[in-house]
Amino acid sequence: MEDLIRVENLRKEFPVQKSFFDQLFAGKKKGFVHAVDDISFEIKKGEVLGLAGESGSGKSTTGRLLIRLLDPTSGNIYFEGENLADISSKDIQKFRSKMQVVFQDPNSSLSPRMRVGDAIGHPLKIHTDLGTEERKRKVMELMERVGLSPAEFLYYKYPHQLSGGQSQRVVLARALVTNPEFVVADEPIAMADVSVRAMILELMKELKEEFDLTYLFVTHDLSTAKYICDRIAIMYLGRIVEIGNTRELFDNPHHPYTKALLAAVPVPDPAQRRTEEIPRGEIPSAIDPPAGCHFHPRCRYATEACSKGRPKMKEVSPGHFSACILD
Amino acid sequence: MEQPILEVKNISIDYPISIGTVEAVRNVSFSLKEGESIGFVGESGCGKSTLGLSLLRLLRPPGMVVGGQMLYHGTDLLSLKEEEMRKLRGNNIAMVFQNPLTSLDPLYSIEDQFFETLKEHNPQITRQEAVERAGKVLEDLSIDKDRLYEYPHQLSGGMRQRIMIGLGLILNPDLLIADEPTTSLDVIVEAGFIDLLARLKKEYNISLILISHNLGLVAEIADRIAVMYGGMIMEIGEAGDIFARPMHPYTEGLIGCVPNIKMDQEKLASMPGSPPDLVTPPAGCRFSPRCPKVMDICREKTPVLQDYKNGRKVACWLYNEAE
Repeated sequence: MEDLIRVENLRKEFPVQKSFFDQLFAGKKKGFVHAVDDISFEIKKGEVLGLAGESGSGKSTTGRLLIRLLDPTSGNIYFEGENLADISSKDIQKFRSKMQVVFQDPNSSLSPRMRVGDAIGHPLKIHTDLGTEERKRKVMELMERVGLSPAEFLYYKYPHQLSGGQSQRVVLARALVTNPEFVVADEPIAMADVSVRAMILELMKELKEEFDLTYLFVTHDLSTAKYICDRIAIMYLGRIVEIGNTRELFDNPHHPYTKALLAAVPVPDPAQRRTEEIPRGEIPSAIDPPAGCHFHPRCRYATEACSKGRPKMKEVSPGHFSACILD
Repeated sequence: MEQPILEVKNISIDYPISIGTVEAVRNVSFSLKEGESIGFVGESGCGKSTLGLSLLRLLRPPGMVVGGQMLYHGTDLLSLKEEEMRKLRGNNIAMVFQNPLTSLDPLYSIEDQFFETLKEHNPQITRQEAVERAGKVLEDLSIDKDRLYEYPHQLSGGMRQRIMIGLGLILNPDLLIADEPTTSLDVIVEAGFIDLLARLKKEYNISLILISHNLGLVAEIADRIAVMYGGMIMEIGEAGDIFARPMHPYTEGLIGCVPNIKMDQEKLASMPGSPPDLVTPPAGCRFSPRCPKVMDICREKTPVLQDYKNGRKVACWLYNEAE
């Protein structure tokens, strides 16, 4: 399969403001949050790549960088041969209809003053020269498809009149109305109730086949990632520590952090209570991350060598890479 | 048989609002033995949090208990005066909420918050005694004692939630109600927290009521599980048993629609429709409009929670009929 997106050495740093007094008297220099720290990967056409990790791991930032909602500090993002990291924010416009995003909270993604139909049709207004009637026809068709039916009834509703599941369907429909190729789904089901989650996940799977989509699925929930993703990249403090096919990654995790994450997932079955030990402590600050392998202070296999130098990505089995010196 | 620490009988809770009355909880009964943990699961609006709050009589108006009894060591909590109830809260029954940042006062150090809690229930206590006791509890929570002098914003999310548990435990209650205690935590921190909770439950010999939408989480810690829907208990029983053999179609749907990391799932179970409007709940079984196995009787008469076996109780006409 060909690559739809290729990311090379992507970095994003956010400056941290230190107060004037700190700079003057405490000798503190301006700091940076290393949100995304030199990562490379590719997304194949038609696949679902999962980005999983705890909060602060840089997974959402990566998603936003890929569709240039954020400008990278350095690195390349190739989309259909063009380097998105290089082109001006003006020229990025023409790519916008091809890459869309769905966020976690549908209610904060929808304008409370815009009717559902208008919200879904808005991207068409920006990106196409379709007439009002034609836009409406297209929106209604799509609404029926994503389960917002009867469309002629819901078309004129406002977001506050919808249920949580319906609002997330509106956001999905709005993302798909321009026939994009690539969709970044940033925790799209995190806010929804369990039964709604299942329906949204199923819908996303069906739509992917129907519309030939490629997803970047950002999630903290490995069970969900396992269910929907073809490949998964595990992130920790801005770096990818392991990436591979979902099945391979789950059956045969290499990086100690991946193992810890897997062990920590609560399983809805008391017969399968976990036994492995959970690492202590929490994810450290991304302003002054630990030297060497970022995970070493929490890792139970850590040796002295782990605090020196960033471990390289090694191919541990075909298509399965891990960044740990033990491999 | 040992005396249950808590026995809830036919509790109903209403929220009268302008357009009618929200029947938030209907005829809920359950009992909890000493040292036992029970998990309440269900989707938002099923009444699980309302039920938890009502046990401490912390329902916000217009919410009110309109019927039933809540016997705590034989005393009906509903019959207590507010003054007596105040003494009970913290000393006997403690509660931990979802978001520690909104439960901790940002202007007080952790030490102050412990001191204030202790002082509220024992006005004679000195600051030094309070610090000593707080220090001991922090030790149990694997938090460094020096953290006592810090403020909530200086602590990580997991640590804040552990402080909340500490504040709940410091008065040695025998019943702890935890309402979605890990929702704001990351997976690894959550796992650590659950282990801690299980350990504390043993060490402090407390009974636990865990309220959560997260089936996996409940499965990790609860001895028994009550599945709620539309303000009612649909099924209650031993945790392992419920997961292995869900009887109520809602329980079955709830378990089937959650991705399970230990299984290969082709398709998740779907539960079309949405939870009922509790101002005008559906006639008969409240799950009947969404139930895949619905029968005529389900739409007419409300099934009651009936004993099955192994302490399992189900409120469903599928089983009531068979008897």
